[in-house]
Amino acid sequence: MLLWLAISLMTGAAIMAVLWPLRPRAGDGVSDGQADLAVYRDQLAEIDRDRAAGLIGAPESEAARTEVARRMLRVAEADAANRMATSSDRRRRLAAAVALVGVPLFAGGLYFALGSPEQGGQPLAARLDARPEQADVAILVRRVEDHLNANPDDGRGYEVIAPIYMRIGRFEDAARAWENAIRLNGSDARGQNGLGEALLAQSGGVVTAEAKAAFQAAQADDPKDPKARYFLGLAAEQDGRPQEAASIWSGLAADTPADAPWRPMLDVALARVGAPVAPTPGPSAADVAAAQQMSAEDRSAMVRGMVDRLSQRLAENGDDLDGWLRLMRAWNVLGEGSKARDAAAKARVQFAADTQALGRIDALARELGLGS
Amino acid sequence: MNPEIGHYALVLALAVALLQTVLPIWGARTNDDALMRVGPSLALAFCGFVALSFAVLVTAYVQSDFSVLNVVENSHSMKPLLFKITGTWGNHEGSMLLWALVLAIFGGTVALFGGNLPARLKANVLGVQGSIGVAFTAFLLLTSNPFTRVIPAPAEGHDLNPVLQDIGLAIHPPLLYLGYVGFSVTFSFAVAALIDGRIDAAWARWVRPWALGAWGFLTLGIAMGSYWAYYELGWGGWWFWDPVENASLMPWLAGTALIHSAVVMEKRDALKVWTVLLAVLAFSLSLLGTFLVRSGVLTSVHAFATDPTRGVFILAILIFFIGGSLTLFAARAGSLRQGGIFAPISREGALVLNNLLLTAAAAAVFVGTLYPLALEAVTGEKITVGPPYFNLTVGALMLPVTFAMPFGPLLAWKRGDLAGAAQRLMLAFFLGLVAAGVAAYAQGGGPALTPIGIGLAAFVVLGAVVDVAERAGIGRVPAATAFARFRGLPRAAHGAALAHAGVGICLLGIVAETSWNSETIIGAKVGDRFPVGGYELTLARLEPRTGPNYRELVGVFDISRGGASVGSIESSKRLFTARNMPTTEAGIRTFGFSQLYVSLGDELPGGGLAIRAYWKPLVTLIWIGAIIMALGGVFSLSDRRLRVGAPKPARKAVPAAKPVAAE
Repeated sequence: MLLWLAISLMTGAAIMAVLWPLRPRAGDGVSDGQADLAVYRDQLAEIDRDRAAGLIGAPESEAARTEVARRMLRVAEADAANRMATSSDRRRRLAAAVALVGVPLFAGGLYFALGSPEQGGQPLAARLDARPEQADVAILVRRVEDHLNANPDDGRGYEVIAPIYMRIGRFEDAARAWENAIRLNGSDARGQNGLGEALLAQSGGVVTAEAKAAFQAAQADDPKDPKARYFLGLAAEQDGRPQEAASIWSGLAADTPADAPWRPMLDVALARVGAPVAPTPGPSAADVAAAQQMSAEDRSAMVRGMVDRLSQRLAENGDDLDGWLRLMRAWNVLGEGSKARDAAAKARVQFAADTQALGRIDALARELGLGS
Repeated sequence: MNPEIGHYALVLALAVALLQTVLPIWGARTNDDALMRVGPSLALAFCGFVALSFAVLVTAYVQSDFSVLNVVENSHSMKPLLFKITGTWGNHEGSMLLWALVLAIFGGTVALFGGNLPARLKANVLGVQGSIGVAFTAFLLLTSNPFTRVIPAPAEGHDLNPVLQDIGLAIHPPLLYLGYVGFSVTFSFAVAALIDGRIDAAWARWVRPWALGAWGFLTLGIAMGSYWAYYELGWGGWWFWDPVENASLMPWLAGTALIHSAVVMEKRDALKVWTVLLAVLAFSLSLLGTFLVRSGVLTSVHAFATDPTRGVFILAILIFFIGGSLTLFAARAGSLRQGGIFAPISREGALVLNNLLLTAAAAAVFVGTLYPLALEAVTGEKITVGPPYFNLTVGALMLPVTFAMPFGPLLAWKRGDLAGAAQRLMLAFFLGLVAAGVAAYAQGGGPALTPIGIGLAAFVVLGAVVDVAERAGIGRVPAATAFARFRGLPRAAHGAALAHAGVGICLLGIVAETSWNSETIIGAKVGDRFPVGGYELTLARLEPRTGPNYRELVGVFDISRGGASVGSIESSKRLFTARNMPTTEAGIRTFGFSQLYVSLGDELPGGGLAIRAYWKPLVTLIWIGAIIMALGGVFSLSDRRLRVGAPKPARKAVPAAKPVAAE
């Protein structure tokens, strides 16, 4: 592999930087005295030049010469005592050993602790040129973005990218994309719901005025739309009007088939506001009737029981993504953050091989504020 | 190129630097020839590995490799190529890598061109350089790794801080680092001398050019930084006494003292201990500057780092090198032989005066910069030491320095004749008085300091002219001879005169700008007309434009003077989309040495824009003066006596000049 070749060559070069100068050679270093004398000779030459150019007078030049000569004499005396440098085989071998063993060990060890040798370079141009099936999600998103920058009136493009933004947690971008889609394609339930959900995710689950307006627009487009009705109910509940929420949700429940994926969520919501819950597969009519009679504590215990059953079912057979998502939501609604997180973790293990599923789990976890 | 190659190269650089610290110094202690020879090859290897590492990082930026965290955080694929490259050091990690690169290049230069250095001195110098290399590569790898990867890679980066997306980033930090790190070489020489307990004659010859080079780069770096802040920040100020600016001013003051004391050492073999101390101080202050800027102690545009581990690491480096070198100095300074005696009134005496005042100024800046930090650390109380403190202290110290400056070069070595020097400066002094008088008359009242400053500036510039004229004998010898002598003067003499004149020119710009600038702050709509310092500006139109990674609102102003149009000026506000950050691009138009400066402010509720317009008389002289100073350094550097020569064949006198008897 190219990286390993480069690493070996570089290490070799570093070792050679020590070994090469260590090879036996006659001492060619400049001794202290010689170097000093060279400087003084240059100084004498400069005095001569200045004298010749008329920059200094004869007496000054004489004085300067005397001073330099004095310095030269001093150096000559000192240099006589100064031995020439030598070298010892023992020190040389030790240095060579340090270079040969120490450099690879130290550099290799530190690099493996810090580096990521398994990762190649990823220049942007190459990533953009990669075939679609090899491209990463970030690049796919970017491609659509580039396309939209070039064709800002392609409403379809915004519809494609908005859910992806939701999935990877870029809620602001998602909201903007939905807005553009609505502007270009006209208002419809899907677009308005998307916008509403994006705004909801941005505000951490609070149905803001803008989000509510979006859901209302969705409902105007399709009065039966379950998503819009659910969130409008949630808006009413958050605004402190549980009666109104209960009536919206009860109406929705009446229109909801028993096997709809949002059914359990709706049931939990209904129970929360103390409204009757439709039969099966959640609580039976009797349960719901009982729920109305119950105290708040008992009611919550009943809901808890339902959620526990779901959790149990998933523990036996985990191949149900919607089930897991419902479970996460349910625990979250019940204020059991750690259990919701736990459910998310289990779901991630279950769907470790399925990136799309993982994306949905992560998006929901973010939406619920569970941390990813 | 694979970023991992750069990462490994940096790791190897650390390994090599460790060996470079140990082996040559060990060789010097045991007088072992072979071990000392290892120094240069390791210094070159260190240079090669750091350069490779830097090249890989630049490549990652150019190719927008967003698998590198540093690139993600500081680049954007739509950025123009130039800013992709400069963005490499427009952030903490990259700028530290640039620091290491400059260090490595200087170490490599010593290794390559140090053939005539005494072997022991060279080994010790390279060893000390190696230890600095260890500190900074370890700092990079352990706390500020520019090669950290992020997988999966994002498709786009966060873009570079828009204030930094400017040609200034291509010039200012590299120049500044060449200056800061250049002092590492003089530092290494000083510590090497202390380790060995002797100062060779070659020592002074090597220290002076390095100090000069570093000083020249630092001068340009500071001037460039000042001009950048002037046009980019939109306030029209060119010096803020900001701690970050002070951090670069302190080594500059110490370095200025160093290049002067090194002259004494080279020429007269005196002031050795003092020169060693200054060399240690100049680099210590450079390190301190790095610490202040890099540790996040200060919050400013420059402080990209807010990670405390980095601060602690740099603090440890600081304590090791400054504490270590000063301890070594205390232990060994006594053993360095003093030499050369001189009278107080002499060239040496003048240079000592210069040194004392410059060091005092550095100390004043040091106290003003660090006292608030220390106070806050100890008592938690926040105080600000502002421009009044610095203007008073530094100003009071620089006034005598500038006044004494023309005298120094006119004094003889060893025993000078002050009266004679004063006599030769009479003309310059008189003309300075005239300039002050003219300034006072033109100003018609106002602070007395202004005419004094103008007069002093003129005196300094003319004093530099007198210096060169005197040396060439202009007026005393025939013109042809004088010209020949002028050309035959040592380049160092020309350099000194130039640098001194540069100080005067800079001072002139500072005094004129601070005393006579005028400011107009106004809310204007399209078509409005308002006066600024003798000119009339009309907001002709406002137009939105789109750049590669920003949108901008451009205000176009027509300039007229006395009814006649003299051109137009464009000023804009930019919004960088990736970071959603605005910048101002001041519109500047130069008339002679003065500038008209317009910057756009916020939109006003009633329509229209807040506009600040300034008339800045002679403001460009501030930076032109600094460039002339640096040019003086270049002249001085090119002087042949500064090159360390192998024993050359005796050279004949320069044929351009015939021997002429001095008077």
